[in-house]
Amino acid sequence: MPKPLEATAVMPKPIEATNDFVVKFANVNGSGSASANGLFAKSVLRMGIPASSRNIFPSNIQGLPTWYEVRISEAGHLGRRGGVDMMVAMNPETWDEDIAEIESGGYLLYDSTRDLPQSRFRDDINIIGAPLTEICNRTYTQMRERQLFKNVIYLGVLSALLDMDKEATAELIGEQFKGRDKLIQANLHALDLGRDWALSNLQCPLGITLKKTDKVGDRIFVNGNDTSALGAVYGGATVCAWYPITPSSSLAEAFSAHCHRYRRDTESKKHKFAIVQAEDELASIGMVVGAGWNGARAFTATSGPGISLMQEFIGLAYFAEIPAVIFDIQRGSPSTGMPTRTQQADIIAAAYASHGDTKHVLIFPKDPSEAFTMAADALDLADRLQTPIFVMLDLDIGMNEWLVPPLQWDLSRKYDRGKVMTAEELEAGVEFGRYLDVDGDGIPYRTLPGTHPRRGAFFTRGTSKDRYARYSEEGHDYVDNMQRLLHKFDTAKRLVPQPEKRVATEATKFGVLYFGSTTVAMEEAFAALEARGVHLDAMRLRGFPFADEVADFIGDHERVFVVEQNRDAQMRSLLVNELEIDPARLVPILHYDGTPITARFIVKAIADMVSVVTLAPLRKARS
Amino acid sequence: MTYITKPKLHHPQLPTNALGYTRRDYEGSISTLCAGCGHDSISAAIIQACFELSLEPHRIAKLSGIGCSSKTPTYFLGKSHGFNSVHGRMPSVLTGANLANRDLVYLGVSGDGDSASIGLGQFAHCIRRGVNMVYIVENNGVYGLTKGQFSATADKGSKTRKGPANTDSPIDMVSLALQLGASYVARSFSGDKHQLVPLIKGAIEHEGAAFIDVVSPCVAFNNNPESTKSYEYVRAHNDAVNKLDFMIGREEITADYAPGTAVNVVQHDGSVLRLHKLAQDYDPTDRVSAMNYLAQHHATGEVVTGLLYVEEDHGDLHQFLETVEAPLNALGETELCPGEDILSRYNAAHR
Repeated sequence: MPKPLEATAVMPKPIEATNDFVVKFANVNGSGSASANGLFAKSVLRMGIPASSRNIFPSNIQGLPTWYEVRISEAGHLGRRGGVDMMVAMNPETWDEDIAEIESGGYLLYDSTRDLPQSRFRDDINIIGAPLTEICNRTYTQMRERQLFKNVIYLGVLSALLDMDKEATAELIGEQFKGRDKLIQANLHALDLGRDWALSNLQCPLGITLKKTDKVGDRIFVNGNDTSALGAVYGGATVCAWYPITPSSSLAEAFSAHCHRYRRDTESKKHKFAIVQAEDELASIGMVVGAGWNGARAFTATSGPGISLMQEFIGLAYFAEIPAVIFDIQRGSPSTGMPTRTQQADIIAAAYASHGDTKHVLIFPKDPSEAFTMAADALDLADRLQTPIFVMLDLDIGMNEWLVPPLQWDLSRKYDRGKVMTAEELEAGVEFGRYLDVDGDGIPYRTLPGTHPRRGAFFTRGTSKDRYARYSEEGHDYVDNMQRLLHKFDTAKRLVPQPEKRVATEATKFGVLYFGSTTVAMEEAFAALEARGVHLDAMRLRGFPFADEVADFIGDHERVFVVEQNRDAQMRSLLVNELEIDPARLVPILHYDGTPITARFIVKAIADMVSVVTLAPLRKARS
Repeated sequence: MTYITKPKLHHPQLPTNALGYTRRDYEGSISTLCAGCGHDSISAAIIQACFELSLEPHRIAKLSGIGCSSKTPTYFLGKSHGFNSVHGRMPSVLTGANLANRDLVYLGVSGDGDSASIGLGQFAHCIRRGVNMVYIVENNGVYGLTKGQFSATADKGSKTRKGPANTDSPIDMVSLALQLGASYVARSFSGDKHQLVPLIKGAIEHEGAAFIDVVSPCVAFNNNPESTKSYEYVRAHNDAVNKLDFMIGREEITADYAPGTAVNVVQHDGSVLRLHKLAQDYDPTDRVSAMNYLAQHHATGEVVTGLLYVEEDHGDLHQFLETVEAPLNALGETELCPGEDILSRYNAAHR
């Protein structure tokens, strides 16, 4: 048995915290732990305490290690914090690394059915053994029951140790297994087994405790793939073509589930949607392009390797000016890369996708709630701009459950179908030139097949065409068209979601740019940086092409940090390239190990850089 | 000169169809293909078929990939929307277009390089999905636009003018289409418009995936007598299993055939396909025996042509996906947006 808490001289004071700590569960994939771990996070939320969860999982169905990390923060910090205060170590295979991760003075809960040698523990943490397997074996006869209920039993132990509200957990179990009373009773029993054992055998509660409060409000606990899919339903998408790829598959699957619930004709039960699981990403984007050409709102969901395969079609859609929406749930790439880890590493690949002179519109939701809104916005933008729109999500937003504001939809909102000429307009003799810039915004009018018997038909091609869509290989026609496309891209800057600015409490020469899933960690980092005397004006990028405000913001600061989750500072490159910024002004802050970026990382990296750039100004770039 | 519009001089006595259109109303720009190219005859057959069926030109969408064959949609149906897409990927674009609006006629035009080489995967999957379309492969065994390289349907042992012999086995697209579940499968020859025009008409009226492999000699690169894709070879080895008379509705059938030598197939839309049997033992409603017949005759060097298989009530992708009758591209906020209540419930369920 491990030493009692007071037996060691080096033992620091146990961590004491209420509603502000990190619990991490180390499990084996496929052991049924996800459900119990989710119950833990939701129980915390039911107690009115803000929390967020992150699933760190392998590319595997069964057997490999998996972790679930819950950040509990009454102050409302929902990014990953870094470090672990309580480790629930249920996987012998990752024991050493899990033990090493615990903060000094933190807690370890483990299955003490079998003795472990003293050398496998640490002196500076609080070790709590519970004979989980023994309790299971005593109670259950079937292997599967023993395995599954072990998870609920450790949840029970934790419930006692952290002084959780048992009723909150019981209520959630009741909701989860609604209508299946036997399962409800069995789960409640297992929860009690763990709780009762802990209450009689351990010192409860620990220094870290949960206390009911009212800080959750009306927020919801959702993942971004699900909300994006719902956004596509609300935004009027009718055609979805996709090919399975982690971490995007659950977006298309959620679209299917939402459509089957909300998009069937009330009488005939027929579907007001069409979903095709294509043979590959080339076909999925091809179908989206075909549907967009023919006037349906269409999208695909994919990840980096899929974007690579779609390159040729993305270029065609750009040149032929066809609406399409592509959700890119970014991950560590390539094919056998880190498909289950998060990154923001497709920025350049998406912005300049395909051959020839191409540039694409990107939008960057910060969380699942914004993903809902931006999914619908993307469908409007695609029609308005007649071009592919990339919704740049990542695994962190897409697959983790986030605590976010409730989804909202303005009922008076109308779909912006863009410039589509009607049969009446054609009949009235309105001039139609498919690539004619009538309104001076670079966006031409289009017609849909089948509109008018005599007018408005045209032939869609890549670039060999004139303003009236007639075949042309003339250089001046090509240049004319390419210039108009540039003009259209300039128009896009005013139509994409605009950046959000935050002004520091003190005047400062430092700025920071960030986007997407980095936002939560960044927001938490501001206060910590201020405490260290580092004041930052900040701007959250929400769309590409960049609004003029972005260049102004950079111009107003001596040094601007660009925080992103990739190795090559891709957003920084895009800023340098598109806004012709002196690279020396943009200082990269990069996190790309596949785990979501933390406030601690940002604070340290920026604080370190501030001292460097303050002491020794960077060389002026030669350019 | 980058395009040639045909002069619009209509002869006042040109015959019109039921809609009052002349054949000229179904034409496109002047072809820029080589003189004598089989593809131009296929374009003419498409024009003739659409004219005879009295289709509204604007209710047809023509889609193609890349290559000589894929250029041809410019040369017919000038009043229809067209889409010259990506090499080998016309099937996916057509599938998406079809999903968006089920009410148009979809005409996919492709070649052997486009569909059997680079696009074999998309060809296969769009056939097995049962997309309601007419899929025509203009099959000459070579790449014309890039000057004479072999495609995946080229005969084994064929020689290019300057290069080595082709050592790869040829793909028979008709056999593939049969195996993949196409519900209308035909083969014809660009030089036989009497056979080809009714086959195209039947395919247009067919509801489901209709595939027509049209042997279409390339006069520039593959019209040597040894090539099974040459005029000479096909004329000498054409084994037509039947002759199709196409009729809309149930009008009286005027052509006379001896009893037992003709068979009528009523399609989903009520149109009648009347097949004059040329090979007495050939049954175009039996997929397995069709595949056997093809394999046996292929082995002897015969080019089997005609309506090789038809299944009148197979259905199409929209039926399989249970989509509403209205075109998806015509649905608006009222039909598509679930509204506030459902969103409130969604929010409540995630607390």
